[in-house]
Amino acid sequence: MKLRINGTTFRVEAHPLERLLDVLRIQCKLTGTKEGCGEGECGACTVLLDGEPVNACLVPVAHAEGRSITTIEGLGGTEGSHPLQRSFVEQGAAQCGFCTPGMLISASVIPAGARREEIRCALAGNLCRCTGYSAVYRAVELARAKRARRRAR
Amino acid sequence: MTTWTSPAISSMRLERPRSLAHALDLLEADRGLTPMAGCTDLYVGIHFGSLKQRRFLDLQPLASLRKIQKRPDGTLVLGALVTYSQCLDSPLVARALPMLASAAKEIGGVQIRNRGTLGGNLGNASPAGDTLPVFLAADATVVLASARGVRRVPISQFFLGYRKTARRHNELITEIEVPPIAGKQWFRKVGTRAANAISKVVAAGVRGEGITFALGAVAPVAMRAYAAECALGSALPLSEAHRALRSEITPIDDLRSTAAYRARTACALLTQFWSETR
Ligand SMILES: Cc1cc2nc3c(=O)[nH]c(=O)nc-3n(C[C@H](O)[C@H](O)[C@H](O)COP(=O)(O)OP(=O)(O)OC[C@H]3O[C@@H](n4cnc5c(N)ncnc54)[C@H](O)[C@@H]3O)c2cc1C
Ligand code: FES
Ligand code: FES
Repeated sequence: MKLRINGTTFRVEAHPLERLLDVLRIQCKLTGTKEGCGEGECGACTVLLDGEPVNACLVPVAHAEGRSITTIEGLGGTEGSHPLQRSFVEQGAAQCGFCTPGMLISASVIPAGARREEIRCALAGNLCRCTGYSAVYRAVELARAKRARRRAR
Repeated sequence: MTTWTSPAISSMRLERPRSLAHALDLLEADRGLTPMAGCTDLYVGIHFGSLKQRRFLDLQPLASLRKIQKRPDGTLVLGALVTYSQCLDSPLVARALPMLASAAKEIGGVQIRNRGTLGGNLGNASPAGDTLPVFLAADATVVLASARGVRRVPISQFFLGYRKTARRHNELITEIEVPPIAGKQWFRKVGTRAANAISKVVAAGVRGEGITFALGAVAPVAMRAYAAECALGSALPLSEAHRALRSEITPIDDLRSTAAYRARTACALLTQFWSETR
C-alpha cells in the first residue's frame, strides 16, 4: 500500500489493521511520533490526517491510505526550524520531551492569534508529566501571536 | 522496506466494502463480522487484548453515512459515521440539536472528536456514552439496515442491557433520526476533568410542552428518567422528583465513582436542569 507522509510517498507492506503508529515508527522509520499509552489518552502519538489531529495508536493503517499524513518530521524535524519548535525552546516548554512531538502537531493547527482558553482546549488531548502545561500554553500563545502579527503586516 | 505484523493483528481480517449494499451482504454472510468505524473504542480493546472479535467490516468507505441532513418535515438525520468534530462544525446541529453540540464539545480531546462517530457511541453502548442521554431526551430513532430491509427502533428501546443493543448481527446502524424539538435543550457532563474523561454522570433534557430527562452512568444502560419527568410535569415539589429519580436509577460503585455520589449527582443535575431551563 502507498502512504503519503510529509509530502513523500512511502510504499509499505502492512496488514490493513496495523496501527498507523507502528507503520510510521517501524516500517517508515519515522520515530518522532511517540507511543505513550497506546489507548488514545495521552496524545504522544498525534499526527495529522488530512490536516486533522488524530491518535496514530487508534488508526488502522487502512484508514490512512490515500490521505495525507503529517508527522513531526514533516513539521520541523530535528532542525527545530518550525516557529512553534523555536518558541517551545525559548519558553522551556519541553523537559523530558516525550510529549513534545504530539504537542507540536496538535498546536500546529491552532489558528493564529488564538487565546489561552482555545489553546487549552486544543491541547486537552495531549498529556505532559513534566511541565505543568503553563510553559506549553505560553509557547503556543507567543508563537501564534507572532504569526498573527506577521500575517497582519 | 521491512514487513512487520504485530502478533495481536496477524490473526485478524478487515473487509472493505464497495457500497452499503455490499457491506450488508458481507454482514449477512458472516455472523462474526464486527463493524468498525472510528476505532476509538475498538482499538482500545485491541490494545488491551480484550477484544474477542477477529473479523471486521470497515465502514469508512461508506461515504453516504457521513452526512448531516434536514428533511422537509424538520427531521434531523445524522449519518452513523458523523464524527463529533462534524457535529461541532454543523449549523444544522447547532440550530436543531444544540444539546448534541454541547455533548460533542466535551467528548475526548480533539484527536478523539476527529475520529469518534455517533454510530460508534450507540454501537458501543457504554452506560456512560455521552450522546446516549442526548438522543434519549430527543426521542430519536435508530435506523438499522440489513440486506433484508430497514428497521426503525425508538432509542428508548435500543439499549437492552449492559453493552447490549437491539442491533442484530446482520444489521448496521445507518442513521439517527431526530424529530423537531420544541423547548429548551439542556446537557451536562460530570467527570474528573474537562477533557478526555469518562463521565461519572451525564444528563440531557428538554423542557417544553413535554419534559424529557435522560441520564448516563447511573444504570447498566443509559436511561430516560420517566418517573422524575412525571413528577416534574405534575408540578410536584423538587424533593418529590428527586425521590422518583432515586427510585428508578441503579448506580454502582466503580473505579470512577461511587453509587452514593452518583445518586446525589443525578439529583443535583435534575435540579440544575429544572432551574436552568425555566
Ligand atoms: C481517550 C478516549 C476518550 C473518550 N472520551 C469519550 C467521552 O468523553 N465520551 C464518550 O461518550 N465516549 C468517549 N470515548 C469513547 C469513544 O470515543 C466513543 O464511544 C466513540 O463514539 C466511538 O466511536 P467510533 O467510531 O470510534 O467506534 P468504533 O470503535 O469504531 O466502534 C465502537 C463499537 O460500535 C460498533 N459500531 C460502530 N459503528 C457502527 C455502526 N454504524 N453500526 C453498528 N455498529 C457500529 C462497533 O462494532 C463497536 O462495537 C473515548 C475514547 C477514548 C479512547
Ligand atoms: S499513545 Fe496514542 S494516545 Fe497515547
Ligand atoms: S515534557 Fe515530559 S511529558 Fe511533557
